Amino acid sequence: MLLRFEARSKPSAAVFWLSPIIAVALSGCVAMIIFALSGLPPISSLVTFVSEPISSLYGLGELFIKAAPLILIAVGLAVGFRANVWNIGAEGQIIMGVVCAGGFALSYGGSESAWVLPGMILLGAIGGCLWASIPALLRIHFRANEILTSLMLNYVAGFWLIYLVHGSWRDPAGFNFPQSEPLGQSALFPTLIEGTRANASILFAPLAVVLVWLLMNRSFLGFQLRARGVSQRAALYAGFPANRAILVGLLCGGAAAGISGVAEIAGPLGQIYPTVTPGYGYAAIIVAFLGRLHPVGIFFAGLLMALLYLSGDTAQMSLGLPPSIAGVIQATLLFFLLSAEVLVNYRLRRGDRVAVETEAV
Amino acid sequence: MVNETKSPPHRWRLELIGVSKRYSGVTANENINLRVAPGEIHGLVGENGAGKSTLMKIIYGIVRPDAGQILWNDKETTISSAAVAQKLGIGMVLQHFALFDTLTAAENIALGLSGRPSLDWVVDQVKVVGQRYALPIDPMQHVYTMSVGERQRIEILRALLQSPQLLILDEPTSVLTPKAIERLFDTLRVLASEGCSIIYISHKLGEVQALCDRVTVLRRGRVVHNCKAAEESRESLAVMMIGDDPPVLQEKEPPQSTKKLVEVEGVSIRFDDPFATPLENISFTVREGEILGIAGVAGNGQQELFSVLSGEIEKPDSGTLRMVGRNVAGMNPFKRRRLGVNTLPDDRMGRGAVGMMPLHWNLLLTNNDRSHVRYGFIRFGQVMESTEKCISQFNVIAPGVDAKAENLSGGNLQKFLIGREILQEPKVLVVSQPTWGVDVGAAAAIHQILLDLSSRGCAIILISEELDELFQLSDRMAVMADGNLSAPVVRADFDLDSIGLAMAGKTADIPSQEATYASAI
Repeated sequence: MLLRFEARSKPSAAVFWLSPIIAVALSGCVAMIIFALSGLPPISSLVTFVSEPISSLYGLGELFIKAAPLILIAVGLAVGFRANVWNIGAEGQIIMGVVCAGGFALSYGGSESAWVLPGMILLGAIGGCLWASIPALLRIHFRANEILTSLMLNYVAGFWLIYLVHGSWRDPAGFNFPQSEPLGQSALFPTLIEGTRANASILFAPLAVVLVWLLMNRSFLGFQLRARGVSQRAALYAGFPANRAILVGLLCGGAAAGISGVAEIAGPLGQIYPTVTPGYGYAAIIVAFLGRLHPVGIFFAGLLMALLYLSGDTAQMSLGLPPSIAGVIQATLLFFLLSAEVLVNYRLRRGDRVAVETEAV
Repeated sequence: MVNETKSPPHRWRLELIGVSKRYSGVTANENINLRVAPGEIHGLVGENGAGKSTLMKIIYGIVRPDAGQILWNDKETTISSAAVAQKLGIGMVLQHFALFDTLTAAENIALGLSGRPSLDWVVDQVKVVGQRYALPIDPMQHVYTMSVGERQRIEILRALLQSPQLLILDEPTSVLTPKAIERLFDTLRVLASEGCSIIYISHKLGEVQALCDRVTVLRRGRVVHNCKAAEESRESLAVMMIGDDPPVLQEKEPPQSTKKLVEVEGVSIRFDDPFATPLENISFTVREGEILGIAGVAGNGQQELFSVLSGEIEKPDSGTLRMVGRNVAGMNPFKRRRLGVNTLPDDRMGRGAVGMMPLHWNLLLTNNDRSHVRYGFIRFGQVMESTEKCISQFNVIAPGVDAKAENLSGGNLQKFLIGREILQEPKVLVVSQPTWGVDVGAAAAIHQILLDLSSRGCAIILISEELDELFQLSDRMAVMADGNLSAPVVRADFDLDSIGLAMAGKTADIPSQEATYASAI
């Protein structure tokens, strides 16, 4: 008695939307197994794992701070992903947003001008866009695969930031630590929720969700991107320029990543470190797919992923487990999500001998 | 009708009794009875969706029937897989070849045989069997250097090396020249004379009538007729197939206008892709209200010509391309559509339409002028209205404007897509294989739509492999062969023999045209 996959006559819409939920449930099971193997009560540990980080107002604020960049970047990336443009370089685009906005903030952050923060946001977006435009141009002019180029540029961007923070940007009063001076007050976002670290920058996330929804579902440009995503030949036949789709797809991700970089330095960090992003650029890819590339889905997926980040600390403090457990659960989640993807196009059937023979032919 | 053949060892090679197959509510085959005698060439005809492929899959063991019996050489059998079918002696030659381009003919054949034969043995057999059945191929030649005719010979040889008692051929002539078809028929007749039964699936009724001993006609999953081919005509078979007389189209007035809407002069283009056909110095014009038919066997440059005309290839390497009085070289399809140049490719799903998108999105794919898109935003009300208009005006059978394109039958989707282009009132329409995979009723409707459009002054370029269609609709006709386009011939001079020769690549035999055309006006 064997199980085998049988192709569905058409993709199942129900499984398409259920698969993230299945993946979350299975990841929860894996987490419980890990807890049990570590000698902890599985169910109550899981409850602690996911509920303790958000059991206080302060915790909720932390959740929003973590979720906002993930959501913002993920919806930006989703624009490209829907058009078959695979920007894996959000991490580098965050950093370039930080570099552009940070340089500006270090120069003018001391001034009392109300234009410092808008200027930083604009420059952050431009920095992310410029960095994203490199793989776009390489793709358009040399047909270089943007997955590889955008990924490799992450490391280049990282080294630029290290160079600056170890060099000209290093805080003279910072005991030689690789960090910049604290940014001036006018270069920081105001606090949004009293008693938490949640600042006004988290509002970019819901704003991006609404804008991207409008772009993808109401605008003709969004329709062109989606058409290219489902059938490049149809888009070519319709005369929707492929180069524009590549450019728009990459720049949306770049702008979102750049702005989220600004939100980090002008928010919870308050200064520039070489480790300005804890892998948001990569985690956002998981968030985008977990949310089914739909803005609303990404919104909830971003909250879930942020919770897993916070749970790492809980695991260490309350459960006595290493914080890397959160990374394990995140990866498990992606693994199950991709596995469940198979079920969108295939169903499981109990195979008899005939079926096995047919496959052997 | 017992023992019509000379006392064979078995009464029937294959007998199906009451075979049925349903797919989630849809009946593919209902109570099918079919008998094939040893050495008989049995035609199987029916419109698209009549159940031919399901039936063949049942016989070849790919699909299991829900009910019914299968008798092989008079003994009841269960054909549980393709391997079992092959062991019984059933061979299949598919319409789409399953060959590895980078391997030689012999290697391809060896891969398809069970029991790991040595390559030397295969090379030997290819020569011997090829000689016997007039299927000459060089076993050491690589497939990518071969013509489609030669590729098909590989497929047939692969089946023959397993010494089949029943050979199934699915639309084997769709890619062959008339000459190659004759040769194939000779081969099949020799095979049959040696006792091998043949099931020949085709929608080309003339071929079925010429080749087959008996014909089974399927309609909506049922056997509606079983008859002797010699006693039937193409027309009577067509009537059985569609269950009605095919609608007759009225004669077409020759176009009066002398205004040239399409002027193509010396267009040549080469491709990096070694499998694409380069176009060589293509020149033609199309006038207002004229239908120019472009005939030819698939793969002779029609696809490439279509892409150059549509703008999917924006610019040819050399030559001029003028449409509606404008130089369109360098314009993409979107810009050309703004000039009134609309196109519809033969591959509807994935190019002409996006299967997983609803109909109104598919309308928007090409019908995206100012009334449907304003300030960059989609005007859904207008899009829905146009989609409804398209559905009702062109008699598209669809559950609604938000039905997915992939859920429409081929004929209905094609009517929708042609409607989508025609609602834009094009000045130039380039359409490829408009009735490919479309049932006879829808095909007639599509022909009428094209005739009406041309009578309103649209210049139409009709690329087709169906000579019937081209003869019916074209005011002038040209033939593509090996990337060359013969000079167009006027309707009065349409001649099957010279066009057939031109299709085989002998353009010199076509009478000189511009002179003929001038005299005709």
